[in-house]
Amino acid sequence: MHTTLLKSDPNFHEPGRRFFRDFSPGDDFYEALIEAHNGLSDEQSEAFNARLILLLANHIGDLRVLREALHAAKATV
Amino acid sequence: MGAYVNPIYLYKAPTDLKATPPLRKPLIVIGAGPVGLAAAVDARLQGLEVLVLDDDKTVSVGSRAVCYAKRALEVLDRLGVGQPVCDLGVSWNIGRTFLEEEEVYQFNLVPDPGHKRPGMVNLQQYHIEEMLIARALELGADIRWQHKVTAVTRHDDHATLTVETPDGTFDIEADWLVVADGARSPIRRHLGLDIEGRVFQDRFLIADVIMKADYPAERWFWFDPPFHPNQSVLLHKQSNNVWRIDFQLGWDADPEEEKKPEKVIPRLQAMLGDDRPFELEWVSIYTFQCRRMTDFRHGRVLFVGDAAHQVSPFGARGANSGFQDTDDLMWKLALVMQGQAPDKLLDTYAQDRQFAADENIMNSTRSTDFITPKSRTSKTFRNQVLALAKHYPFARKLVNSGRLSVPSFLTASLLNTPDAEAFEGQMVPGAPMDDAPVQVNGREGWLLDQVGKGFACLLFADAGPSAEVLAQLQALQTGKLPVTPLIVAPRALSVPGVQVIVDAQGWMAKRYDGKAGTTYLLRPDQHVAARWRQLSAAQVQQAVAHATCNA
Repeated sequence: MHTTLLKSDPNFHEPGRRFFRDFSPGDDFYEALIEAHNGLSDEQSEAFNARLILLLANHIGDLRVLREALHAAKATV
Repeated sequence: MGAYVNPIYLYKAPTDLKATPPLRKPLIVIGAGPVGLAAAVDARLQGLEVLVLDDDKTVSVGSRAVCYAKRALEVLDRLGVGQPVCDLGVSWNIGRTFLEEEEVYQFNLVPDPGHKRPGMVNLQQYHIEEMLIARALELGADIRWQHKVTAVTRHDDHATLTVETPDGTFDIEADWLVVADGARSPIRRHLGLDIEGRVFQDRFLIADVIMKADYPAERWFWFDPPFHPNQSVLLHKQSNNVWRIDFQLGWDADPEEEKKPEKVIPRLQAMLGDDRPFELEWVSIYTFQCRRMTDFRHGRVLFVGDAAHQVSPFGARGANSGFQDTDDLMWKLALVMQGQAPDKLLDTYAQDRQFAADENIMNSTRSTDFITPKSRTSKTFRNQVLALAKHYPFARKLVNSGRLSVPSFLTASLLNTPDAEAFEGQMVPGAPMDDAPVQVNGREGWLLDQVGKGFACLLFADAGPSAEVLAQLQALQTGKLPVTPLIVAPRALSVPGVQVIVDAQGWMAKRYDGKAGTTYLLRPDQHVAARWRQLSAAQVQQAVAHATCNA
């Protein structure tokens, strides 16, 4: 799949923190993501995900990146 | 092809152990599983007298722990059984993860060349135990079978054990007691000590199958394969044509029913997809917990291995971390028992291995949550990571079918001397040493085989040392805690009284950021204790004192 601006290589990191294993920063995020849903109903989780996408989308801001991400999510089924 | 036959070890009546008042032994190990045996072998290598008590009379029934990771193999090398384990076992580095029938992710445990040992060796637990028993006996360990410890009383300077044998019950005392009696740890329960964590509601079926198959020596993991829909399956090759197949069954599965051959055989036939002949060697249904004791040390009683901590099997972090426990413990225990370090050095065993246990529990819990999602949302995220993994490298990195056992970087260890100068690379104080190919006395060898007997000091050099440097290196060999000096040079040098390691290919210089003058102090368990850009015997000695709680 060809993308230009959307990062598709592993990019999870934390400035000032050293990771000795390459899977650790991604696993840190994934655990936090799943934990954030703990105790939510399916409906609440869906709403949570929507809020999360909106927050992250605004943070990214660059519409070109967002369009690529929308396209990538749609193309991967 | 044929199934493994368990050896029977002879019971010896405890006439020499029974006495009134009870005998006092310097060191007793409870449990002759892989970790207890490693403790016994290490004790002998450290010059300690050791008595091992086990309630059984044979090795593991069934293959049980089959994956031995690179760091555990390096520990086993130091104990003297690494080579037979690797010779009989199946070495592998590649793991493949499939979604349905398509490969979505592949990992290589040791992508860099220049290590003596592979990422993993698969070998049935009973073989490892047989090798460790032979080694312990060869070194003079006293192993007593059918000696069941039924009670332990803790005292300030010893422990009293009550031992049940076919010839009756007797008491015996130990200055130090190492408890390696496994996950259910009767001794831990008897002493009423806490172990807390998380129970997972899922059941798994292990089938050890004897068959001729030409699958490669790799770890294969399936999410939702057509032959076992909606669940996961794991395939491992073991020695002697034995294959480990692990099926996720779900919490509702009936363990007694699922163990029956008429249930197991159709699952295997569906997986193998042909009518090749196979035999079942061992079948087991397991559940698991991720938990650890609050404190691995209780005065003179030290807990190791599964008795102290348990993880899910995804990641092979059980037996592997147990070997790292005894690797950390035994040199410290020897120094304390021999009066060369204060008692509080053993608190650092508990601190460092509790830190490592937390890391192992964290990683194996994460794998378990990925493999068996607990909610609809969690399952959706998991499945979409797998979908994205077909196209995007970042998602492949998130695929978690098990983060396989790697040693902890003990960066918070109180025994480290913090860096005062800048270094590249990963060999920070507290790091488990990276191996490297080297030459010693004109022969090819490996770095890790040159260290691990007491403290060692590596000095990188590009020419023979000056008289002043040589005097400093020689000074390290004397003193209360002698340090073995080693010079690392790009080519052979002749230095009187100091072993020279030739780093002809430059792996050590690269991995240790070694430049002329760079000095490393290495612990007996092959972890970095301290490093400097210039040798100073006084600094090295101070760091040794710090690493043994003598300063």
